[in-house]
Amino acid sequence: MQRPLSALAETEQRALAESEDPDAARAAAAEIRRTWHDPPGLWGWLVTVQNVPIVHRFMFTVFAFFLLGGVAALLMRTQLARPANTIIGPALYNQLFTVHGSVMVLLFATPMMEAFGEFLLPVMLGARELPFPRMTALLYWIYLFGGLMFFSSVLIGQAPDVGWFAYLPLSGAQYSPGLGVDFWLLGLDVAQIAALGDAFEFLVAILKFRAPGMTLDRMPLYLWAMLAMAVMLILGFTPLIMATLLLQADRHFGTQFFNPARGGDPVLWQHLFWIFGHPDVYIMFLPATGIVSMIIPTFTRRPIAGYTLIALAIVATAFLSFGLWVHHMFAVGIAPLALLFFTGASMAIAIPSGIQIFAWIASIWRGRPIYRTPLLFVIGMIVTFVIGGISGVMVASVPFDLQATDSFFLVAHFHYVLIPGVLFPTFAGLYYWMPKITGRMLSERLGACVFWLIFVGFNLTFFPMHLLGLLGMPRRIYTYQPDLGWDLPNLVATGGAYLLAAGVALFICDWFWNVLLKRGRVPEDNPWQAGTLDWATPTPPPDEGYLYLPIVRSREPLWDQARLDEGDERTVRIIRGLARFPTRWRATLVTSVVDAEPEGIVRLAGPSFWPLVVAILITVIFGAELFSAHALAILAMVLTIAATICWLWPPREERELLLAGKRGQTTLHGLPVYLTGSRAPGWWGMLITIAVLAVGSACLIFSYYYLLVSSGAWPPPSIDRPALPLATLAMVLLFATAPLARWAEVGIRQGRRGVAAAGLGASFALSAVSGALLLVDLARAGFTHQTNAYGSAFFALAGFQCLLLAGGLIVSAVVQVQTWLGYFNRFRYLAIQNAALYQYFVVANGLVTAAVLYLTPYVF
Amino acid sequence: MPALRAVTFLLHAATFLMVAGAVSACAGARVPSTLDPHGPSAERIAELAWILFVTGAAVELLVAGALLVALFRRCRERAAPAGGRFSPVFWVVAGGVAMPAVMLVVLMGLSLRAMPVLYPPERPADVRVEVIGHQFWWEIVYPDYQFTTANEIHVPVGRPVAVKLMGADVIHSFWVPQLQGKLDLIPGKINTIWLQADRPGVYRGQCAEFCGIQHALMILYVIAEPPDAFQAWVAAQQQPAQVPQEPLAQRGAQVFAREGCITCHSIRYGPQPVGGTIGPDLTHLASRRTIGAGLLENTRGNLGGWIINSQALKPGNKMPPVPMDGESLQALLAYLESLK
Repeated sequence: MQRPLSALAETEQRALAESEDPDAARAAAAEIRRTWHDPPGLWGWLVTVQNVPIVHRFMFTVFAFFLLGGVAALLMRTQLARPANTIIGPALYNQLFTVHGSVMVLLFATPMMEAFGEFLLPVMLGARELPFPRMTALLYWIYLFGGLMFFSSVLIGQAPDVGWFAYLPLSGAQYSPGLGVDFWLLGLDVAQIAALGDAFEFLVAILKFRAPGMTLDRMPLYLWAMLAMAVMLILGFTPLIMATLLLQADRHFGTQFFNPARGGDPVLWQHLFWIFGHPDVYIMFLPATGIVSMIIPTFTRRPIAGYTLIALAIVATAFLSFGLWVHHMFAVGIAPLALLFFTGASMAIAIPSGIQIFAWIASIWRGRPIYRTPLLFVIGMIVTFVIGGISGVMVASVPFDLQATDSFFLVAHFHYVLIPGVLFPTFAGLYYWMPKITGRMLSERLGACVFWLIFVGFNLTFFPMHLLGLLGMPRRIYTYQPDLGWDLPNLVATGGAYLLAAGVALFICDWFWNVLLKRGRVPEDNPWQAGTLDWATPTPPPDEGYLYLPIVRSREPLWDQARLDEGDERTVRIIRGLARFPTRWRATLVTSVVDAEPEGIVRLAGPSFWPLVVAILITVIFGAELFSAHALAILAMVLTIAATICWLWPPREERELLLAGKRGQTTLHGLPVYLTGSRAPGWWGMLITIAVLAVGSACLIFSYYYLLVSSGAWPPPSIDRPALPLATLAMVLLFATAPLARWAEVGIRQGRRGVAAAGLGASFALSAVSGALLLVDLARAGFTHQTNAYGSAFFALAGFQCLLLAGGLIVSAVVQVQTWLGYFNRFRYLAIQNAALYQYFVVANGLVTAAVLYLTPYVF
Repeated sequence: MPALRAVTFLLHAATFLMVAGAVSACAGARVPSTLDPHGPSAERIAELAWILFVTGAAVELLVAGALLVALFRRCRERAAPAGGRFSPVFWVVAGGVAMPAVMLVVLMGLSLRAMPVLYPPERPADVRVEVIGHQFWWEIVYPDYQFTTANEIHVPVGRPVAVKLMGADVIHSFWVPQLQGKLDLIPGKINTIWLQADRPGVYRGQCAEFCGIQHALMILYVIAEPPDAFQAWVAAQQQPAQVPQEPLAQRGAQVFAREGCITCHSIRYGPQPVGGTIGPDLTHLASRRTIGAGLLENTRGNLGGWIINSQALKPGNKMPPVPMDGESLQALLAYLESLK
């Protein structure tokens, strides 16, 4: 029997049949495929920027870390099986729960959702690649090195032991003098950078790389979830990075942010941590709901019910999740009225979750369920996740939470949220997409066993923990006294944990046999008869993804459209044209944000070893800081900047394009190839960079005012209010750079390179002087960052502005050199536009920072 | 369907386990159960907990029931044309918006009603206690009676007690489940919590915020006594330490001095205690029920073992091993036991 062709292969056959010159078309296709192939051998493995091979290793690494985190959990449960057990001592136990929590949240669940995204986005969007392929590679390497650095602490017996939220003062230098906390901070910083980078990929891909015709309201719900996740990564992970930087500064550079003896406040850490920590639950959960919303239609053979409601619920959840963080801190002793607000917000988030749950149930109701492993996990998810949601409403109630928080009830609650909410959909997704990712099916029979083992094991492990918490058992204790009524539930929980582990082990066997040893069935291209584009390509997807980009007219194009190549004449011409030319460089289509109309062709980066080099250098920076080798860290930082410049330097094919541009060829298939402004992925990248930096600055400003309120005397009596003259001058000079940058941008648009260079140069000089003035002012201040919390906050904010200025200077210098080299003209000027955009942000941030630092003390 | 049966069985089993556990919790005397409240605050929270639990269980059964019906309804019904009587949007809005909204407003109201557990009762507190959290024990100060003890709080039955919470080193959390919810002890910040025990008894509490290597064994007891017994206890605690009379105890006092115990522990012979504050005050050590912050019963054998090598009993606590010959130890124990 002949295997049915994938939708994409059908499109290609038709295109060839209708072509006037099929041989030329075939030759062009072959050349395009060659362009997308990686170099052979180990070198190719190291330099690849293709999302599919990167996702293979990403998922493998994530899963390996998951197993290590799971082993830690099993050891803990073994210790707690009996009262007064002595298998594991307190030192090791405390390391185990710290490692378990950190790994499961930061090195497993969040990255797993990112790995799914990196694989699914291009195929589901109908794009050839992610927008920043070299960054995809960089993010993986960084994640790997950060993770290995974190686990190396276990090998040298210095694992962190302060809990995954590392409350101060316990995690400060005085009470945790060893390297454990530093390993925690540095290893995770590196992993956080990786998480943040994915926000760039996902946002730009979803906004600009959708197939023609995939309007916002035709996007699969998974993409809505990923859009929300990307925004939340920016708003959530940036505060975490800032918080960990402040903690590092306190530990190694003598700042006083969290030291109550010098005006600092340990509770500030809790705010900064949970501003990240709560949204992170939804950063993991929303993509998982996206997976569920993809699986249910496939296995009920009907489109999802309540599409619009689910999309709205996703957006509402993302929004609300940033208003809940204080519910982690009800026992800190915050004014009861403030607590009520957070109770309300915490309960309200049950509504969007309720919408999703009932929409799924309604979809199943309308459809005809086909019981395959992915659907089993989804059913298990719905039944048990609701329990986690309900206990979430319970702990949102302040009086009840005062009993439940920090007890085993809470442990039960968040495992009932995260395991059904994230782990079940992860397994559902693995069983569902494994054929597409690897080209082999997992076993359905084993899959059902895996599900039942995990489902029963999970409930046996965690349901008794609700009871344990109510019986007064606090979390994070390595032992407990007998006869407290805690013995039996603990024993049951331990048994359940082994059952759960058996389920995971069985999954590994399934994967090992069927995928790794390639004994599994080779699937059809659309084995589940799904309706979305992720099943349109051959299995696994070829390097170039879609040779013929699909044209979308429905939410489930594979169900509703007989063909993926029908559309208006212009779009069809573009799609067919893209399958013929360009052949020498990797190209994909950029479409408009709302309507997904084609608006440009963008060149995607090819294989490069720079991502690996930069990843190594970044790891060296953090590794050197671990051992306080500041000189090495600074050297690595300089090298990182140099390597990044090399990485971003226009490669040969881009320069060829430029020459073509000089000859007047600025379009292909009627679409521009030099993209600027909101058409250019790079412009969006700059916008997101600015958003990240703005959030970082906002965190510092929040810290400044928090410490002001908490310490009362601001500045402390021993310190004068800041002097205004120098700062005012610096701000005037800085402000003047904005019109200069604008001048440069307008100049290059008119093709006047001299004007652009002059504008950039003048802006560069004024920025440099402004920064120097700020530094002089800091040097003349009668205090340092070590004096007290006021000094620390002052230097942090001013220092951040100086860093932003320095970054701007480097960018500006590079762009000026490229201007002189003639890389820009009136069509191609994105870099100048981006440099100007960045400069506007530096000006705005400078003015806000100066107002906060220099005017606040006169107001309060 | 086996799936259906298994799921419903699990749900029932889980509910049963919860209820059975709660009932057995009320029966066990030592169990520090939040569902076995002995004070007005804990009682109010327990009441709220039951309401939340019953509401939650009802919602879970409703959702699971709806899902199971959706999965297993007969195929003939499915053949009905789509968009007929069944409007998914109506059900999604009803189940996902209207039901939780109504429920949440009610639960929010109930939570509001229980908020007074955070506020002090209207009449002023009869007794004030200060609790200072140390890595891994509790310093207990009665400021009005001017004495300090450790790891046990005595309160008069039926009277509100104001407890001021402070952290000496890192963050701890004060939690006596049968009497009150928890509240943190934070360095640089003062929190106040209110306790009241309605029946005499010994209520177990434990540190609830991870505070370092021995967080697990940072236990304390609240002992609720009739007012006269409480007053008697206060009077005894207010007394300075007894000067040892027996020769053995006198020799023990010398051992105490020789081994440098006073660097960390204080004893009050005169108006002010003398000694360090890294470990508990020992003025009336022999009157206390436990040693090692609730770890062991205060018996001669336990005390001896603790002194010789507390690190074997509670690894990582701040007291170093104090090796000594048997004779010295017997003398020291005699001295410590004289500190009634």
